[in-house]
Amino acid sequence: MAKVKPRVRIPKTASAGEVITIKTLISHPMESGQRKDKEGNVIPRRIINKFTCEFNGQIVFACDLEPAISANPYLEFSMMVPESGTVTMTWVDDDGSVYTQEKNIKVE
Amino acid sequence: MTKWAMRIVGMAAGVGLFATSALAEPNLDVQLEIDGELIGTMAEAPADSPFNQLVSGWHYRTDETRALQSDDFDNPAFLAVDYGEELWNTVEGSENKSCASCHDDASASMAGVRASMPKWNEAAERPFTMENFVNNCREEQMGAEPWKWEAPEMLAMTSFIGVQSRGMPINVQVDGPMEPWFEKGKDIYHTRVGQLDMSCANCHQQHNGQMIRADHLSQGHSNGFPTYRLKWQGVGSLHRRFTGCMRNIRAQPYKRGSDEFIALELYVAHRGSGLAVETPSVRQ
Repeated sequence: MAKVKPRVRIPKTASAGEVITIKTLISHPMESGQRKDKEGNVIPRRIINKFTCEFNGQIVFACDLEPAISANPYLEFSMMVPESGTVTMTWVDDDGSVYTQEKNIKVE
Repeated sequence: MTKWAMRIVGMAAGVGLFATSALAEPNLDVQLEIDGELIGTMAEAPADSPFNQLVSGWHYRTDETRALQSDDFDNPAFLAVDYGEELWNTVEGSENKSCASCHDDASASMAGVRASMPKWNEAAERPFTMENFVNNCREEQMGAEPWKWEAPEMLAMTSFIGVQSRGMPINVQVDGPMEPWFEKGKDIYHTRVGQLDMSCANCHQQHNGQMIRADHLSQGHSNGFPTYRLKWQGVGSLHRRFTGCMRNIRAQPYKRGSDEFIALELYVAHRGSGLAVETPSVRQ
């Protein structure tokens, strides 16, 4: 768990108009910025501060995350699938890194 | 304060530590099912067990925590398992080998390994835990640096190897060369230590099922380790849990990987003989 890595569970296929559940989990320390190390120095804040999920370029779900959220944040939400397309999920880290996952959904 | 008065205060504090409540009983009406596979969380007690029935710590946790373990996606320990799988296939060290170079497919070669830990190692003439075996391979076979006991890599590897035995009953050797270690572990389990003057047995044998302040005392089985503890916000080893318990009773903990903890690990594993491996479990 030393490095940041997202896990996503999303169905590969769906019927048109179906409401699917998307589960996401990302390994991340979510360091709140409130703690001190052994020498008494503040450990700098480092959290995932934003998450967005887009379907074919259109935002379907987005949220800001705050320092009180525990390590390895888990997000679950649902989405209506109108057509085949690509789900793009993006996590924004305080240190400037952006982690992205793309999954395709096929409408049958 | 006289000596007697202090003793009475001490006794009152001791009584107050454990509180019984109808709500505190473990929920035995639930079954652990992961991806359609039933994992046995209760077992017949071994002949020398103090319990009528062995009950996994899973039953002592809240509905929400139990649910986390019932789905491998929701179970955050699988972040470690995934990392462990990656490490399994990573070539490291002077011999240019990975775990997979010798052991191939872990789902075949490592099945059942977790259930028999700790295991006697003839060459080293001592019991080896999974951590010992991993580091032994790294040093002797791969020519790589050993990992620290609680290193993220070590926890990932032991979680990954452990999950290959999920559902298999715990069965550790306690006779032959293991006997002195078993007796030592038994001694440690039943010896009162620390400022609170408590032994493992005080909580996990005599008072399991009751609340110790806000915590629900389980039978103290080790079948789910390494475990994802919500308090830790990560995966931790059994020896980390031992350390935490000893701090709670204000004792000086033994070192992770010490002879004392390995003996205790053996004895605790034996107490859970027959329970299914739940690695990696989720606890409070």
